[in-house]
Amino acid sequence: MLMIPFSVVLVLGIGALFWWSVGSGQFDDLEGPAQRVLADDDTPPLPSNPDAAVDLTHVNSGNH
Amino acid sequence: MGNPTASAATASSAALTGALPGRSTGAADGAAETFNYGVVRGFAIMTVVWGIVGMLVGVIIAAQLLWPALNFDIPWLSYGRLRPLHTNAVIFAFGGSALFASSYYCVQRTCQARLFSNVLASFTFWGWNLVIVLAAITLPLGITSSKEYAELEWPIDILITLVWVAYAVVFFGTIAKRRTPHIYVANWFFGAFIITIALLHVVNSAALPIGLTSWKSYSAYPGVQDAMIQWWYGHNAVGFFLTAGFLGMMYYFVPKQAGRPIYSYRLSVVHFWALIFLYMWAGPHHLHYTALPDWTQSLGMVFSLILLAPSWGGMINGMMTLSGAWHKLREDPILKFLIVSLSFYGMSTFEGPMMSIKTVNALSHYTDWTIGHVHSGALGWVAFISIGSMYYLLPRMFGKTQMWSVRLITVHFWIATSGVVLYIAAMWIAGVMQGLMWRATNADGTLTYAFVESVKATYPFYAIRLVGGLLFFSGMLLMAYNTIRTIAGAKPYDAPIPLAGSAPAHG
Repeated sequence: MLMIPFSVVLVLGIGALFWWSVGSGQFDDLEGPAQRVLADDDTPPLPSNPDAAVDLTHVNSGNH
Repeated sequence: MGNPTASAATASSAALTGALPGRSTGAADGAAETFNYGVVRGFAIMTVVWGIVGMLVGVIIAAQLLWPALNFDIPWLSYGRLRPLHTNAVIFAFGGSALFASSYYCVQRTCQARLFSNVLASFTFWGWNLVIVLAAITLPLGITSSKEYAELEWPIDILITLVWVAYAVVFFGTIAKRRTPHIYVANWFFGAFIITIALLHVVNSAALPIGLTSWKSYSAYPGVQDAMIQWWYGHNAVGFFLTAGFLGMMYYFVPKQAGRPIYSYRLSVVHFWALIFLYMWAGPHHLHYTALPDWTQSLGMVFSLILLAPSWGGMINGMMTLSGAWHKLREDPILKFLIVSLSFYGMSTFEGPMMSIKTVNALSHYTDWTIGHVHSGALGWVAFISIGSMYYLLPRMFGKTQMWSVRLITVHFWIATSGVVLYIAAMWIAGVMQGLMWRATNADGTLTYAFVESVKATYPFYAIRLVGGLLFFSGMLLMAYNTIRTIAGAKPYDAPIPLAGSAPAHG
């Protein structure tokens, strides 16, 4: 069957990628990356949001 | 039912004219460099639109099972043609748009870089939507390769390949120009999903057209090998499109919405590599008790059982992110969607390996239990995580911090949850009942029930399933209304890149 050699080649490819990623230090720090995602503030700033006041009242009423 | 769909389409086209891929100004004019939100915005809106279309078709065919006369004797509306339209629309149009939107957003934010190419990114948007429109035309016309989840014929397959290569170039090109040294785990999941789907699609769709002017083609593989390749594709489409891709979504949006880092980053890395190494081998469980060699079936079963470990590792990792902040679940409906999606992920990744056990499969195969299992994954996991992520994304695409109504999200959550529970419970009962009725024999060896008796006994459960589907569908209409109110009158917003000044971490 074609699938067997195909899958073996694929797994070897994945293995090679795994060794590269370990060797290149991708997984040396296993705490920082989780924090850095949160440090990136993607909430739009209020000044660029003309409806901000309206929105906030609405949000408040929705939170009761 | 036509009106909300139409108004959603109108709203989206209004938003699209101002906000769309291809129209974004990018980093021109010496202004601060911005992220490419245009393509994210387009896909986020289309997620809602295609969700409504796909689920509406689902509701129609669920009603046809209850009242077969609903096909009105029109071939284009027959169950056999609408069913692949439903699966393609919800998986590739709704799920696909959600994946495009979230992967483009996640890769830009975590790499602190604008998408690699505006032109190619726009091409993926228009190309993908063209594929969906072509599917919506050809499938009702009966133009199909008849391969499950790969029904589209060869000219559309070629277009899919082009769009997917462009997607890969944009995604990996963005990773290559990242300003952060580390590649966040969500991007690993998205990357694996993109590469694997390319591979699966090209191998499984290999076919010979009967002529360049004809839609018709024949598969490149004969007999049982065609079946094996089809289900190698079919199962890995579940594994990489509907699992790896959406896990990428989970690993980004759950921490962001919860405001807490993922429970264990180490576990997320282990989760990724374990899933990638194991998933490829599980396909044969779709072909138990067929002409496929016995050892291949057993191999597929064993790998399916092993898969439970990484799947539950990932589920626990996502859920425990809320550890110490469970109160947020009470107030935040977006978090409700995200966390409940994980419990459905855990449930269906337990159910799946169990159903792959050959003795269990002997009962469940060909019954509605399979349909229940698929929808516990598709509605409970895939749709919930997508809906939660879109509620996070949509306001941010228009410079807002929240959807128009948070209360409406809560209502959506409870309607959708009731819908899923009704749906899967009905199909579980129907499935087990069908399996037991089909295998029941009398003392003299004859079958106890004629097939039609099992169909008759299933009617009440088809009715419950239809109610469940209607509830889920009406939840999507609420989402569309909330989206329209959120973006009405709002200007498209493209955020500046915080780390724009610094040099790329990797050349």
